[in-house]
Amino acid sequence: MKRQFDADLEDLRGRLLRMGSLCEEMVHYAVKVVVERDDSRLAAVQDWERQVNALHIDIDEVCLRLIALHQPAAGDLRLIAAAIKINSDLERVGDQAVNIAETGVYLLKEPKIKLGDIPRMVEVAAGMLKDSLDAFARGDVELARDVIKRDDEEDRLKSQTFNELVHLMQTDASAIQRGMDIILVARNLERIADHATNIAEDVIFMVLGKDIRHSAEKL
Amino acid sequence: MDKMRPMPFPPIKEEAAPQDALAPIAISVRDLRAGYGAAPVLKGVNLEVREKTVTAIIGPSGCGKSTLIRCLNRMHESLPGATCDGEILLGGRNALDLDPVLLRREVGMVFQRPNPFPTMTIAQNVAAGLVLNGVRDRALIAETVEKSLRRAALWDEVKDKLDAPGVGLSGGQQQRLCIARALAVEPRVLLLDEPCSALDPIATGRIEELLLQIKDQFTVVIVTHNMQQAARVSEYTVFMLMGEMVEYGLTRKMFTQPADKRTEDYITGRFG
Repeated sequence: MKRQFDADLEDLRGRLLRMGSLCEEMVHYAVKVVVERDDSRLAAVQDWERQVNALHIDIDEVCLRLIALHQPAAGDLRLIAAAIKINSDLERVGDQAVNIAETGVYLLKEPKIKLGDIPRMVEVAAGMLKDSLDAFARGDVELARDVIKRDDEEDRLKSQTFNELVHLMQTDASAIQRGMDIILVARNLERIADHATNIAEDVIFMVLGKDIRHSAEKL
Repeated sequence: MDKMRPMPFPPIKEEAAPQDALAPIAISVRDLRAGYGAAPVLKGVNLEVREKTVTAIIGPSGCGKSTLIRCLNRMHESLPGATCDGEILLGGRNALDLDPVLLRREVGMVFQRPNPFPTMTIAQNVAAGLVLNGVRDRALIAETVEKSLRRAALWDEVKDKLDAPGVGLSGGQQQRLCIARALAVEPRVLLLDEPCSALDPIATGRIEELLLQIKDQFTVVIVTHNMQQAARVSEYTVFMLMGEMVEYGLTRKMFTQPADKRTEDYITGRFG
């Protein structure tokens, strides 16, 4: 006999994955505003953000209700604890996507500028986000570990982009405002990768009960 | 004036984990087999209960958890056709070789339904064990009654009616009276067999609070159907299934990361 509680947990997982796929779309659309200079995407990003915000509140409510009504233990408890944390990481990913799109719209009014490693950063961050959500959906610890390993690459690309843009701004004062904006976009992407890393860490905790955050030999 | 220095943050104290300083063993159960006639209930249980801790025994109906604690003070053998074999070491002696009456002075028991002696007052109920052991000193008896009722968190509610009948109390108070009665003879071990199953949530909460208060003085073993209760009151949990001990360990670990799939299935309600 399938328990109602199992159905409720399945529903929770479904809501989180729906929120996750909205966030993925938001990131894809937001970077198109910057990279392809296409401001028609902004409205969709903003609309999705409202949906993500509503899910943020909704998922927390579901989690609190499940804890209050079922006093979950072991794997069930770890799933709900992970869901609460992943929920807030995803909401932050949505916010970063909105920031990227809005910066992109500002940049459209200005002459084109070098993007440094932004396209590659987009690839890494979006890949990490997608894989962290896949790892959550499947309880795939190996994939989660792989996501965490990729965070260093994103950090390296961010530093490279910073250096490149700082050099540009030093030689061309008219590029300072735009250069700063690209640096902010790089920062937003790096934060998205950080949130994906957090999600992957939560997946490992959810599956194995092992807390690998802040440990040197975490993998 | 001295230059202001930034206040250093106090170091974070690591929570002292019970396994870092294991308490001495109070009861050592070795290959305990028990049953009724030819039907085995316990199929070779090995268990070391730590002194001055609360150990909870959980498991589905019929798993042998009540039989296990009833073996610990030899109540099980009092049933017709009951068999019991193995070792229960208590202070170096095998409980199965001791006089049951003497053993029960060291190993007290509280049952599912409160059972105060119906013809006795509140004070007489608490003093029953002492009087039975030949204590006649009234001052000592009065002192012990008060101390035991305080330990059982009942004193404030009954101090003005110690001569009223014990059965006149509410169910929860009667159960605390039974705990006071068991504690009055200063047992080493207190066994509780589903002590809250007949009580409402408020009375249950009081019993749980009192268990947390007395655990520094007594070794407590509690059988419970209520897993959240086990999680709240105990430091160690034993999970039993079909007469065998499946898992035994720190409660906080067992309820977040059980080692055995069967434990996980049981505590998450998927069992069966």
